[in-house]
Amino acid sequence: MNVLLDNFSEFRDGFIGTVEITAVSSVIALVLGLLLAGFRVSPVPPLRFFGTAWVTLLRNTPLTLLFLVFFFVVPEIFFPGMSPFLLGSLALGFYTASFVCETVRSGINTVPLGQAEAARSIGMTFTQTLRLIVLPQATRTVIPPLSSIFIALTKNSAIAGAFSVTELFGWQKLMSDQGYDIVPVFVWVALGYLVVTFAISGAFRLLESRMEVAR
Amino acid sequence: MKLRQSAAFAAIAVLALTATACGGKSGSAGDKQAAKPGQSGAPQLPTYTVAKDVTVDSPTFKAAKARGKLIIGSKADQPYLGFEDQSTKVRSGFDVEIAKMIAADLGFTDKQIEWKTVDSGIRETAISKGQVDYYVGTYTINDKRKKLVGFAGPYYKAGADLLVRKDETSITDKSTVKGKKVCSIVGSTPLQEIKKPEYGAKVVELAKYSDCVQQLLTKQVDAVTTDDSILKGYAAANPGKLKVTGHPFTQEPYGVGMNKDDKALRDFVNTSIEKHVQDGTYKKIYEATLGLSDAKYVAPPAVQRY
Repeated sequence: MNVLLDNFSEFRDGFIGTVEITAVSSVIALVLGLLLAGFRVSPVPPLRFFGTAWVTLLRNTPLTLLFLVFFFVVPEIFFPGMSPFLLGSLALGFYTASFVCETVRSGINTVPLGQAEAARSIGMTFTQTLRLIVLPQATRTVIPPLSSIFIALTKNSAIAGAFSVTELFGWQKLMSDQGYDIVPVFVWVALGYLVVTFAISGAFRLLESRMEVAR
Repeated sequence: MKLRQSAAFAAIAVLALTATACGGKSGSAGDKQAAKPGQSGAPQLPTYTVAKDVTVDSPTFKAAKARGKLIIGSKADQPYLGFEDQSTKVRSGFDVEIAKMIAADLGFTDKQIEWKTVDSGIRETAISKGQVDYYVGTYTINDKRKKLVGFAGPYYKAGADLLVRKDETSITDKSTVKGKKVCSIVGSTPLQEIKKPEYGAKVVELAKYSDCVQQLLTKQVDAVTTDDSILKGYAAANPGKLKVTGHPFTQEPYGVGMNKDDKALRDFVNTSIEKHVQDGTYKKIYEATLGLSDAKYVAPPAVQRY
């Protein structure tokens, strides 16, 4: 208990940092993931190729390596002086977007083909079909796996701590350096992450129940 | 067919990524040390006489004797201090030699030492849980740590300093880092120091000093701060590119960490350090390791027995 009370301001900063980078990366991942899923089911070959390449590349790259590239290589080529927080959010967001894309795509595949065909036959464009007919039905299917993805993102944000982003896991290093026993420190850090991940799974459960329909 | 194409594309792209990432890391410390100990012209390391029939009334020592080898914790990424060559697995540096010197006094040969790389964050845990018999690796003695581990020494006095590029003129000491980007390790003591508002520095926190040095060389940051001993090692590992400002602004006495209650071993190690400071072994070790970075020899502080 002492370790937390004596160092609460650092703990709080770390917790806020984790929440911030999780929130920003989640938004990036969700928007990009949806876009990529649209690309991958679109009738335009270059877009399909782009989506496939993105997913294949980013999903199979270790996240630490991606952070390395973003932090050490990207600023040297373009956007020098970008803040570590933004670089970290982009790395995490781009990486998670590939997972979101695949989840959304599998959700789209659960919508019977007849639905899309019916939409087309009454004269809807591809975008309209996706927006009004397919995605609303796909959403219900993808909510549970999406929740897992965002929980994973929260925990993955710990890697950003090694790249100049203040976050919860960095607090452990600070406490260890000051000579606190490692076990209670890890317990507090774990509890901090639990608060965030529980909030995420709670929000998704709420969404799930709101979107329930009789099939 | 489409799948095969994209897989090939991805493979190429991943290769390109790894290549850049590795390329970015080349020149990290230790790839090329200015003068390797043992090279002709470089000061030679002393040889240590392995003591016979040592008896120390210490549980740690008895356990080590029973298992037939000594487990020593150290660092592996600090050139000239505690460094492990990744290809040959040979350890070198000032801290490593001090550890060997003590081991010889305890009656263990080089071959009877098992090295364990212990990261800063888990030092207290590794020592108090008995995963290492003792630990030598830029370990600053302080009161908080004394509650968890025992310290022999100090065997060296370091202090926080700044490492800058050779052509740097605007950063000369701690009062000149205002608005500059300064890099250090997440959660480390020098990082806490440089974060203080009085310095006014923009702080970059990374996982390893070699990452910080990399950032310094590529001008992403303006300075790296930590103990001057570590910085001297990096300056020596990148000859002609980096320099240490030479105005330390904290006190970091290094000790040998061991089990908190093992007073017998602590006293033995203190005696060992005193003896070798007197007989000149300590100075020889320094000249052949840290001394290679052109840092002048300073006699170590007196050991603190308690």
